[in-house]
Amino acid sequence: VNGEAGTTASLEQLLATREVVVFCGSGGVGKTTTAAAAALAATVRLGGRVLVLTIDPARRLANALGLGGFGNVERRVPDDVMRAAGVEPRGELYAAMLDTKASWDDLVLRHAPDEETAYRILENRLYVNLTGRFVQSHDYIAMERLYDLHATGRYDLIVVDTPPTRNAIDFLEAPERMAEFFGGRLLRWLTMPYRIGGRRGARLVNFASRPFYQMADRILGSQFLQDIGEFFLNFQTMEDGFRRRATAVQQLLHDQRSAFVVVTTLEGAPLREARFFCDELSKRNFHLGALILNKTLPAYLRGADGRHAAEVILEDAPQIADALAALGVPALDDREATRRVLTTAATTFRDYAVVAAREAELRNEMSKLPDVVITVPGLEDDIHDLAGLRRVADRLFAVS
Amino acid sequence: VAAAGRGLLDHRLLFFTGKGGVGKSTVTAAVAMLAAEHGKRVLLVEVDAKGNLTSLFEHEPVGFEPVEVHPRVSVMQMRTEASLREYLRLHIRVPVLGRLGPLASMLEFVANAAPGVKEILTVGKVCWEVRESIAGRAPWDLVVVDAAASGHVLAQLDSPRAIRELVQVGPVRSQTEWMVELLADPAITSLNVVTAPEEMPVNETIELIERARGQVNVPLGDVIVNRVLPEPFTRADDPVFAALCEPAPTSVLEEHAGPGGRDVLDAARLAASLRRSRSPYITKLREAAGLPLLFVPYLFVRDHGIRVTRMVSAALGDELGL
Repeated sequence: VNGEAGTTASLEQLLATREVVVFCGSGGVGKTTTAAAAALAATVRLGGRVLVLTIDPARRLANALGLGGFGNVERRVPDDVMRAAGVEPRGELYAAMLDTKASWDDLVLRHAPDEETAYRILENRLYVNLTGRFVQSHDYIAMERLYDLHATGRYDLIVVDTPPTRNAIDFLEAPERMAEFFGGRLLRWLTMPYRIGGRRGARLVNFASRPFYQMADRILGSQFLQDIGEFFLNFQTMEDGFRRRATAVQQLLHDQRSAFVVVTTLEGAPLREARFFCDELSKRNFHLGALILNKTLPAYLRGADGRHAAEVILEDAPQIADALAALGVPALDDREATRRVLTTAATTFRDYAVVAAREAELRNEMSKLPDVVITVPGLEDDIHDLAGLRRVADRLFAVS
Repeated sequence: VAAAGRGLLDHRLLFFTGKGGVGKSTVTAAVAMLAAEHGKRVLLVEVDAKGNLTSLFEHEPVGFEPVEVHPRVSVMQMRTEASLREYLRLHIRVPVLGRLGPLASMLEFVANAAPGVKEILTVGKVCWEVRESIAGRAPWDLVVVDAAASGHVLAQLDSPRAIRELVQVGPVRSQTEWMVELLADPAITSLNVVTAPEEMPVNETIELIERARGQVNVPLGDVIVNRVLPEPFTRADDPVFAALCEPAPTSVLEEHAGPGGRDVLDAARLAASLRRSRSPYITKLREAAGLPLLFVPYLFVRDHGIRVTRMVSAALGDELGL
């Protein structure tokens, strides 16, 4: 996998040669925006049919991509909307949002052996809780949905914004975990009374004397245990489908068609996550295509010129104010005000220079880097429309 | 706003949540430090397993057992498995879980995937420490929780109720009753949100507050707005700065201060526009959150350790009038 890394020397090449590019990183680093900008850039520069699958976009960004409403359907971003934003598309841009609950329901309906089983699962209290309320189910379903969209063959490139999971690596393991789960002894234990007693009249009678069920019953209560058992008994009927899918998702993510991009800001906590992510990806033989250092401060803040100027200004502000007053510009008549503004500007430079220096230090601490490292200077405002996305895209594809 | 956060430290249990990347852990650690400075013995609970919280006190990582990392601040890292073992030992009297192989693996699975179990083990342990300390059996005056990020925290706080719905009888059910009560008591508990003045964190904060009001019976406390950028120029100074940026004055500046004069002006312009782009979100938050806001300034410092925690703690102390 690492051998051909030299062939992808830029993000543009990466997007041109892969079918799936997964963006990872901790929260707040601009992952969603970066993924959307990369998809837009690919549409504009490379053409083809490009889909961005996003998890939780800011509302205004979602609106910009035509994802105003909820739902699991991919929507095409209209060409005229792109042209209005000054973007001339060569290809077609699509966007989709992940609706966890709807995706789970689809999955059940697809894999259940018959409609009755499907509805028994969909109505199980445990299922409703599991899929609707708890975040773990995000991981699996994101991968599942990606596979699904890829399998349609409708898209030349799918850019994926990963779920905001705590432990960012979880979603990669989700398919494996699911496959393991179905093969596990635990599932047999949980469902045994039901397989013996029959699906409907399931009771724990036969097993009530066994320590395992006795203990489980004492801790969780028999109704809860029965809910669990019934749920998994029904869930088990979908095992084959789930297993096949899980394996296929793993294959897709591991092979030449896929690559990962890690996004981070140059701040302590996000960088720690990014480093962890880079390590884990290579440990698991995923292809780490690029590292994006996002929202960095401009380079001039690290320059000696600015530092020197700030020093001079702080020392000689009154004299400089005099010289400026001599220009005869009305706004600069008040020397005291000019001195104050000059001093503030110089202190501000120093403040930001400290942060820029911290960024540089943190960057240097990144020892193992992928071949492509892209530094994206921060924009001064939030990105909330296609024009903004295009500005990010330009920075992403600028040689750095 | 003058009364902002009054009584924050007068609770027994403080939860802090917030979107990733807003500095939730730093603020949480700073609150613990502030309370300790005011004489309280604090248990600081790290809920997600990142293990970075102690680094904010320049202390090595700790485990499930609380360790004093700073005078009067003890930190513990939540581990649901350890929490479960403790629970079973205390309430169900199952001494050696390891001997019941399938049960152990079932509980492990249940803790990982089944609805609410991991959550209740987390919240349950926290509530237990609070209850014990109120009863005088644990040394804490205040329990501060670096809770899950916005999306997950409501599931955690709601888990006693969710479990009560799922589990009809048995000791687990009866254990949830007092937890629900403790969490709902405004004299004991408050849920606080850490945010930053940017679009996504602010939107998420507003949504979280709305959802918390509707779904969870836990009293809301304060919103801590972290990383607030200073306004470099007053309104009166704005035209002066604008004039400085014109070609002739910039040349004069460069004659005196060298080519970097332009960089200094650029930095000031960057600072002003960063501040300007963020201030609408503070306004939005003030209008929509309906909770007191506490402001913590952006810190232009190089390091990350206890010095930063101290600075945030001092800023919060000022905001709280302490």
